Amino acid sequence: MHAIEIKNLSKHYRDVVAVDDLSLTIEQGELFSLLGVNGAGKTTTIKMLSCLTEPTDGDAYLMGKSIRKNASEVKSIIAVSPQETAIAPGLSVRENLEMFCGVYGFSKDKKNGKIKELSELLGLSRVLEKKAGKLSGGWQRRLSIAMALISEPQILFLDEPTLGLDVIARSGLWDLIRSLKGKITILLTTHYMEEAEALSDRVAIMKDGKLQICDTPERIKEIAGTDKFEDAFIRIVKGAGE
Amino acid sequence: MKMLTFANRNAKEILRDPLTLAFGLGFPLVLILLLSAIQANVPVSLFEIEHLTPGISVFGLSFMTLFSATLIAKDRGSSFLQRLYTTPLTPLDFILGYTLPILPVSLCQSIVCYIVAVCLGLDVTGNVFLAILFIIPISLLFIALGLLFGSILSDKQVGGICGALLTNLSAWLSGTWFDLELVGGTFKKIAYALPFVHAVELERAVLAGSFSEIFPHLWWVLGYTAGALVLSVLLFLRQMKKQ
Repeated sequence: MHAIEIKNLSKHYRDVVAVDDLSLTIEQGELFSLLGVNGAGKTTTIKMLSCLTEPTDGDAYLMGKSIRKNASEVKSIIAVSPQETAIAPGLSVRENLEMFCGVYGFSKDKKNGKIKELSELLGLSRVLEKKAGKLSGGWQRRLSIAMALISEPQILFLDEPTLGLDVIARSGLWDLIRSLKGKITILLTTHYMEEAEALSDRVAIMKDGKLQICDTPERIKEIAGTDKFEDAFIRIVKGAGE
Repeated sequence: MKMLTFANRNAKEILRDPLTLAFGLGFPLVLILLLSAIQANVPVSLFEIEHLTPGISVFGLSFMTLFSATLIAKDRGSSFLQRLYTTPLTPLDFILGYTLPILPVSLCQSIVCYIVAVCLGLDVTGNVFLAILFIIPISLLFIALGLLFGSILSDKQVGGICGALLTNLSAWLSGTWFDLELVGGTFKKIAYALPFVHAVELERAVLAGSFSEIFPHLWWVLGYTAGALVLSVLLFLRQMKKQ
């Protein structure tokens, strides 16, 4: 079974076509990146796949469950770390994690175990009692991802996870994302080409809501006839406009 | 359980904000003390403690609208709500989770207002407890307005609409600061078409033990509360769907 199977998915907002007849498949355990310039349709795609926005046409199946017909079942197997850090700023790191454990109905033992496990995995132990709103951007991102991992999702959506982070914080998050690779299916959107190239098994490039190419970073470079992934991206996106 | 977890988070966010204490408790208390001091020097029947306290306790509730609307607008703006929409929380969990934590805060605010009023000479009778009880439907009205404004405005807009406009409207049109008869005309008609003066007169009637006089004010308050709750739920669900 594919982790994600997207079939002719479209989203129209009045006269604007945000996503146009998108079809692709993502395998279980794969780290898949969606690339595109602003307005390419990446975030809209993630919103549809995470049941936040209803598609205008088409459907997608997450572990075989339709986003249109089985939204609540889909929600039980996914987690989203949105573009903004989306944490509760007035709560401590521990309280943020506890809240998400409560939202998923964990018992006290499971809650404590989960917080310990995630704190160790994401290196949050030393900031557990700190107020989330007072943390640096990098730590807030880590917390955001920890909150997404609490429900033990089979599919994780990471929307621009390193946006606005400095080089060190970004490198730390890359290590974290790499450590999750293979364990869960990850769909990542990013503006950073080197991030997509370094982390992804496969990459899809979108422009104006349409899929331009979907392949491994190496193959995309070959097809575009360049050694640099960023150049390949530019050629493909510019080529699509000509 | 899920809803209570969410409500607990909302309570913490509100209570940990120093503005909650400053405006939620401090400001109404300062007003009671200030106006009571004026009344002691220049007696005005409107500022007698049994008239003043119901007005201030209703006015204080306008800050509940501000707190609830600000929290919801910030949660929308930071994508925190969007993230929660991908969890098993249901629309009812969200609405109750935002509503329930503010009720005890409203009651505490009202209790503190009446405790101060007793210290300033208000007679302790059973009616004081009833007046605090009758704060519940009035609180629900202000909380529903918070849910409503928080669903449609950004947190900056909430500051202007709820922090400035609503607090002033609920003050001027409530008959707390001046007798509406003194202005009369259209101003008075507008005031009596809105719920604020009815909420104050309801509280005054209960505190005075004039239970026959709670009508029609109670109907006005309940009507507005029901209307605001329905509208706020619809607007909240609309913004949820718009995600």
